[in-house]
Amino acid sequence: MLNIVFSVIARDLKLAMRRQADIVSALFFFVIVVSLFPLGIGPEPDLLRQLAPGVLWVAALLATMLSLPRMFADDHRDGTLEQLALSPNPLGLIVTGKVIAHWLVSGLPLALIAPILGIQFDLSGDALLVLTGAILLGTPALSGIGAIGAALTLGVRGGGVLLSLLVLPLYIPVLIFGAGAVDATVSGLGGEGHLSLLIAMTFAAIGFAPWASAAALKIALE
Amino acid sequence: MNDRFNLSRFSFYRFASPAIFYPLAGKMIPWFIAAAVLFGLAGLYIGMLVAPTDFQQGEGYRIIFIHVPTSWMSMFIYLIMAFWAAIGLAFNTRLSGMMAQALAPTGALMAFLSLWTGALWGKPMWGTWWVWDARLTSELILLFLYIGYMALTAAIDDARRADKAGGILLLVGVVNIPIIYFSVKWWNTLHQGSSVNLTKSAMAEVMLWGMLLMALAFWMYSIAVALTRVRTLILERERHTDWVKAELEGVSK
Repeated sequence: MLNIVFSVIARDLKLAMRRQADIVSALFFFVIVVSLFPLGIGPEPDLLRQLAPGVLWVAALLATMLSLPRMFADDHRDGTLEQLALSPNPLGLIVTGKVIAHWLVSGLPLALIAPILGIQFDLSGDALLVLTGAILLGTPALSGIGAIGAALTLGVRGGGVLLSLLVLPLYIPVLIFGAGAVDATVSGLGGEGHLSLLIAMTFAAIGFAPWASAAALKIALE
Repeated sequence: MNDRFNLSRFSFYRFASPAIFYPLAGKMIPWFIAAAVLFGLAGLYIGMLVAPTDFQQGEGYRIIFIHVPTSWMSMFIYLIMAFWAAIGLAFNTRLSGMMAQALAPTGALMAFLSLWTGALWGKPMWGTWWVWDARLTSELILLFLYIGYMALTAAIDDARRADKAGGILLLVGVVNIPIIYFSVKWWNTLHQGSSVNLTKSAMAEVMLWGMLLMALAFWMYSIAVALTRVRTLILERERHTDWVKAELEGVSK
């Protein structure tokens, strides 16, 4: 059963590695958006420290969104998706593999580069650690929920903009608890509660979202 | 032989057929409009003339008779849409998807009206058009969900696919609404103490009656409008069938 998940992950990773420019451009989008905020708001360290969690998380949301349309579109175009849907393995498991692969090439790099951007915002060591942890734990949920939106908008006119309309409202809880974890650490309350809720959301999203996406994909393939 | 059309006259499922539902909806609409007008007049009479002036908020509080019913409706309508979506996905009925689509603009309108009247109410009472209160924020997100649903169904040309994709989005949304609501609530209490308490401790009975009547008026209005819209959708989608052609010829004569 799990073999199919691993083989889908391996396949998607191999495809992603052949097109590294996509990963790198999403990553630089994240860096540029985050760097724009101090330019727009002003360089006061106190203000920046307060804004950092929200700014980094909103930018992470947008950067994740950027790579979502490609989750199924290429496979749809060359017919692979239909073959996957026809395979004896449940489509939900295949989508689970694709979600995990998407996280490995979008969420994980964001989490790795976030502390460097956090330093620009003068965050303390603790806050940087929690920020990295929160992005690490929260972004799988973004990939999961995003898969539903990507499947629903597959092959639809103006899919990219539509995708953001559908997915961004559903991202709000992750944004609140992700940024909240860092906020709580900065203010000395401790971010463990927020992080636990992020983990809960990630597990719920990874567990349920692929099946909703699979249903949406079947509709798109009809 | 033709079992599909041989359903008992009193079978509930009969009305799942657009051809049978279309004239039924046409007959029901005037009644719902009449009920909406009656409940609305009674509600406005009680709300504007009978209900006493609030000793804290003066006359300004009377916007509650529009504000609260529209907020209720905006939430109910989303639930009802999700209900139709579930029925449509489970039983593959054509009419369910049309019902969900017909309700969406009304739901969005109610969410918008609720936010707008809330802003109008907030300005004189709290001194600000907008606060990031949990309820206001979740109502705003609800409006976003309605807009997302309408954008998705509008973007898909194939009507059946639009219904089904919209249905999945509605079900995902309805699962997420409590999560969004509680996260917004918790976010709000973490950032600031609740400076504004929306729930009043004791509400005069007359005010409650006025509000219930107005809520009924909005129910009836929503049903009437949704039925009108679903009739248009039926005509649009079934325009190749004989009965619609006959119907439209009858109208043009």
